[in-house]
Amino acid sequence: MSARAGSPDFPGILRDSGLVALVALFLAFPLVGFHTIDQGGGAGMGIETRFPWVVVAVAAAFVGRFLQLALLRTHAPVAVERSLSRLGEVFQRNTVWIAAAAITFAIVLPMLPFADRRLVDLATLVLTYVMLGWGLNIVVGLAGLLDLGYVAFYAVGAYSFALFALHFDFTFWMALPIAGLFAAAFGVLLGFPVLRLRGDYLAIVTLGFGEIIRIILLNWYPVTRGPNGISDIPRPSFFGLEFTRRPAEGEVAFHEFFGLEYSGLHRIVFLYYLILALALITNLFTLRIRRLPIGRAWEALREDEIACRTLGINPTNTKLSAFAIGAMFGGFAGSFFAARQGFISPESFTFVESALILAVVVLGGMGSQVGVVIAAIILVGLPEWFRDLQEYRMLVFGGAMVAIMVWRPRGLIAHRDPTVRLGVPQRPEPSA
Amino acid sequence: MRFGGLVAVNDLAFQASDREITAIIGPNGAGKTTVFNCLTGFYKPTVGRLTLRRDGTEFYLEQMDGFRIAREAGVARTFQNIRLFPRMSVLENLMVAQHNTLMRASGFSLAGLLGLPRYTRAEREALDLARFWLDRVNLTDRADWDAGNLPYGAQRRLEIARAMCTRPVLLCLDEPAAGLNARESYELNELLIDIRDRIGIGVLLIEHDMSVVMQISDHVIVLDYGRKISDGDPETVRNDPAVIRAYLGTEEEEELPEEVAEDLPPEMVRALRSFEDRPHEEDGH
Repeated sequence: MSARAGSPDFPGILRDSGLVALVALFLAFPLVGFHTIDQGGGAGMGIETRFPWVVVAVAAAFVGRFLQLALLRTHAPVAVERSLSRLGEVFQRNTVWIAAAAITFAIVLPMLPFADRRLVDLATLVLTYVMLGWGLNIVVGLAGLLDLGYVAFYAVGAYSFALFALHFDFTFWMALPIAGLFAAAFGVLLGFPVLRLRGDYLAIVTLGFGEIIRIILLNWYPVTRGPNGISDIPRPSFFGLEFTRRPAEGEVAFHEFFGLEYSGLHRIVFLYYLILALALITNLFTLRIRRLPIGRAWEALREDEIACRTLGINPTNTKLSAFAIGAMFGGFAGSFFAARQGFISPESFTFVESALILAVVVLGGMGSQVGVVIAAIILVGLPEWFRDLQEYRMLVFGGAMVAIMVWRPRGLIAHRDPTVRLGVPQRPEPSA
Repeated sequence: MRFGGLVAVNDLAFQASDREITAIIGPNGAGKTTVFNCLTGFYKPTVGRLTLRRDGTEFYLEQMDGFRIAREAGVARTFQNIRLFPRMSVLENLMVAQHNTLMRASGFSLAGLLGLPRYTRAEREALDLARFWLDRVNLTDRADWDAGNLPYGAQRRLEIARAMCTRPVLLCLDEPAAGLNARESYELNELLIDIRDRIGIGVLLIEHDMSVVMQISDHVIVLDYGRKISDGDPETVRNDPAVIRAYLGTEEEEELPEEVAEDLPPEMVRALRSFEDRPHEEDGH
């Protein structure tokens, strides 16, 4: 197919689209054409055919490819790319305003007229992943250490709270710092063996560590109750006020104190504000620590470890501190998770979780705080919201990932703000 | 310094003093960067001792971790192929160089997180030092640029400024003039002389650019095939026949080396040696 200006090469485009349609046929025939159903009444599984859908898929592929190639001749794609970049620039310049608007929106969300239990629940889930993303951002985005086992610290936080509640009657607030401490300790434990590793090797070992934790949780029955998990985890209270219909002896319930009708929604909203607070603290901490020498050392380590050594920076301690502090926030999120669910089991802490959190960080643009929020909404919020789409939600998920990789491979917001400015008028910098 | 069967640096002994610019020169592959790597902790010399004397204390560099050599002994270094932090700003590069001072002042980040005055004061002082060096290398109006966006000459200057922000007692520069034009080399000479005289530290540099070496060095050491073949002030070294031989090669290069002559049959040696006595053109130098 020639790429010259002038009228498009229709025979070539048709040929190409035909080929694409053929590939689509090969894929759609088994994947879309056949559909397993439960035949009910003990008859087991059966197969039904959906050939009209195969025709739709092939036609869509053909038309889509045709349009894509035909439009390549026009300025449309370039214009789209340019406007996307301009949008990105506007976004980057007004980060503070956008962040303020987002936080305000998050605070008033439960009070909005269309906010029902489902929305607040979803928002809580998204915020949990936002906090995990911000925590992992310290390790991956700032220090450049590719950690594929972050779920391990999430699990350690959750199980620390659950076990302390079970054996020592700790409340959520008492267990929160303990969960962070334990997770940080595991962060250091993970950090030691991986100090000399780079890139892929570091990723594999951290992945292994995540799996080790999960398998220990699954098999160490006497301590972790294995696959049965730990239940009856106490819910957090609001300054001692419980969120139950009938409070325990001598305790005052939340609705009684404020003179309201009991509603399950109270606890849901309280959990929402709790995770919002935890996430914002994580974010504030990250913003602050980037300006401190340890934060700059993390970023310098990511840029060039050898140069760091010549400046007197101890790479070992710097890496360990990144692991420990990143893990600590994972631990906090973990104890929140346990408190929200009331029940935890090793099933919630699989590798897929680590991958999802890493995807949130990478997609958002490593090191970008706002990017993590957007990525969490796209990767966690949308699939949950569109649960009704069932099998197609994974398709949409995959499609979104492909789109991001094609148009914004460096992540949605791959911009870095310097932590300190000289305050002297500057020469205009060549744009990258 | 031995790498397996290859002896990269053989029986080298020299001295570099403060308030002096010492240059290590020699043909490519002579072992100059290996010496630097041993000095700054990237290699552990197989045999030997590297002593740094500072304020009456002695540091044995061959026993120290790389980062400790920079932190405790005060040896700073630049690289042949520039190693900046490209996605951090110029100013941030200079702030990272002062990491240890700031870490101590921030009480391992606790005082920093709380915004205590002792940390804010230390940060202000660090910014002052950075501002001083930015002025000195003419990068003040590009301080907020990403370091990777600077032109080549500016990147070289930034690397030197960054090394100076660690407040070293010995500054090791690996080919600082590589890729610089005449004007930039001249400015580099001025900068290094200023560092030697005003700051008063020792400068050790590897260089191929003879204009830099001859114009500013107080002391020159020549290496060839891992051995020291000359040691003295620039004039002496320039006229040392051993040095000329190493760089340019003369008739003596055609002389049959003893080690080879031992292994050959005597008739062959006689024939080869008679060959040497034939008349040949003068080298023009």
